Amino acid sequence: MSTVTENKPQGSNDPNQMMVPRPLKPWKATPKQLLPDVFGAIGTVIASLILVLVSPLAGILGFILTFIVLSLFIAASISWIRKDRKAAANSVSTIIIYFLAAFVLLPVASIVFEIIRKGAPGLSIGMFFDDMSVTASDAPLSEGGLLHALVGSLYVVALATIVSIPIGLLTALYLTEVKGKASGTVRFFVQAMSGVPSIVAGLFIYAVWMISLGGSYNTAAGSLALAILMIPTVARTAEEVLKLIPTDLREAGLALGATQWKTVALVVIPAARSGLITAVILGTARVAGETAPLLLTVGGNDAMNWNPFSGNNSALPFYVWKNFGLGTETGAERAWTGIFVLMVVVMIFFTIARVLGNKKG
Amino acid sequence: MDNEGEKDMSQTKVNSLASIAATRTPGTSAMGVGLEARNVHAWFGQKHVLSDISLDFYAGTVTALIGPSGCGKSTFIRILNRMHEFIPTAAMAGEVLLDGKDVYRSGVDVTKIRLGIGMVFQKPNPFPSMTIKENVLSGLKLAQIKINNSDELLEDCLVRAGLWSEVKDRLDQYGGTLSGGQQQRLCIARSLAVKPQVLLMDEPCSALDPGSTLRIEETIRDLSKTMTIVIVTHNMQQAARVSDYTGFFLSDGGPGELIETAPTSHIFSNPKDKRTEDYVTGRFG
Repeated sequence: MSTVTENKPQGSNDPNQMMVPRPLKPWKATPKQLLPDVFGAIGTVIASLILVLVSPLAGILGFILTFIVLSLFIAASISWIRKDRKAAANSVSTIIIYFLAAFVLLPVASIVFEIIRKGAPGLSIGMFFDDMSVTASDAPLSEGGLLHALVGSLYVVALATIVSIPIGLLTALYLTEVKGKASGTVRFFVQAMSGVPSIVAGLFIYAVWMISLGGSYNTAAGSLALAILMIPTVARTAEEVLKLIPTDLREAGLALGATQWKTVALVVIPAARSGLITAVILGTARVAGETAPLLLTVGGNDAMNWNPFSGNNSALPFYVWKNFGLGTETGAERAWTGIFVLMVVVMIFFTIARVLGNKKG
Repeated sequence: MDNEGEKDMSQTKVNSLASIAATRTPGTSAMGVGLEARNVHAWFGQKHVLSDISLDFYAGTVTALIGPSGCGKSTFIRILNRMHEFIPTAAMAGEVLLDGKDVYRSGVDVTKIRLGIGMVFQKPNPFPSMTIKENVLSGLKLAQIKINNSDELLEDCLVRAGLWSEVKDRLDQYGGTLSGGQQQRLCIARSLAVKPQVLLMDEPCSALDPGSTLRIEETIRDLSKTMTIVIVTHNMQQAARVSDYTGFFLSDGGPGELIETAPTSHIFSNPKDKRTEDYVTGRFG
């Protein structure tokens, strides 16, 4: 470190300074080398703008189409002129990959942006402490709140997760570790179940709980409907994760005189922990935004209901659905805010799960 | 002329291997028969892969199993500690006697058998979710053995595996941070912690550099004072260096057979069977 603080004049013969190699990244292009690319990109934008102005193509869509075609053409030409045909092919494929990546990211970014733009302004502290039981449909946003929907959502998702994690993970363990005689059948049904439309899951619980058993709307019934959707997602993802754990590790455990159960519990599951947490996250993501099964099982409510085992309840997707349906201006605003809150809640859960999953030991 | 030259060269090679092996006195520390295989056959599905293997492993000695790939050496040692049965289509016949009792007799607790007959695998496989310390002591947890002084055992196992000096300051790091050779010695230390009578090693050095191989061979020599070791190897020099006895396996397209077994110096200097001679001189395989 002393060589830095001493700040010797250039050309010093200090051997220490000569010996210390500086970390270089010679594989990164210098700004000068990037210049043709930058000019090419700017040129393409300008050329597309001019083309759109003078030709019958019009609007943003016209500009994007022109831009894609022109950038492929210009990049290929520059590379070909500066280097050779292979460089041109490389440029073209690189640009195509970037555009395709952008096409995937754009809708997601657009959705998130739109939700924040329309949902965030309606946000207020008060809405997390009030429900809609005494608020008129066209009342201003300062009245009422979504506490009932938030609590309902947390209840229904938490209960569904509690039911799904053991069943889903044990199913995955049966398929990968026990490899019992029924594995093929179980795998087939798990795959078939993951294709069940969510309303069918709701109808199933409705038929069993309300019609056959004569029950009434409640939060737990809704979480069972969600569990039907969540179990196959958890089981399939967990199965894939467990399959990736090398057989070597299982054999090492067994060769140490462990029972299969001990090997799975102390070796296989810890090795797969991060992936198993992802499996649960994916399952939760699958059900957090479900509305249809809740309509049939939880029933909906404008008032607070702290008891998940009795009485109607609300949920954030349900709150959104209902407020959009009101047709009032404030209803729409409440709906957007509800979507925003739902997104934030889901993101908070994902972050917590990720942090827990990455922490070793 | 050409033929003669070839013969000379292979003769030199035999002599050098035999001279390495001759420095080992077979069975000096024998404590009676430790592990015996009697008329062992093995199948995968309908395929007969091992035929009528009878082989004794004397306690306190190192036995090397050599032979070309696919002749059933690994299958054979996996039969010895009942790891063979984890392959769904696998079957076997015959007896494996540990202290005179068949490990395949009905009602035997398989986990107790594997506790007594440890195994080191071809690829180092430390448990990724555990630290170095936890890896060494994992056997106790897995086999539910309670001991009082785990730190003493930890040091003892790592010293015997020749790894202590390299890891004593980083016992709480993960096993995956070690080099390949160190990982393999960690796996050896892990098998030692449950105090097995017999240690099976399936090509333990095939993925390692010469330096690590040498360290592991030293470890094997040290361990053989107190336990029976069976090692599968493709490296003839290694067999000559570490083993007291050598068994030669061969398959002529059919099931693998045990062609010859003898003190290692005999196998390399004066093999009875022509095929053994051809193999150890490098004429095939």
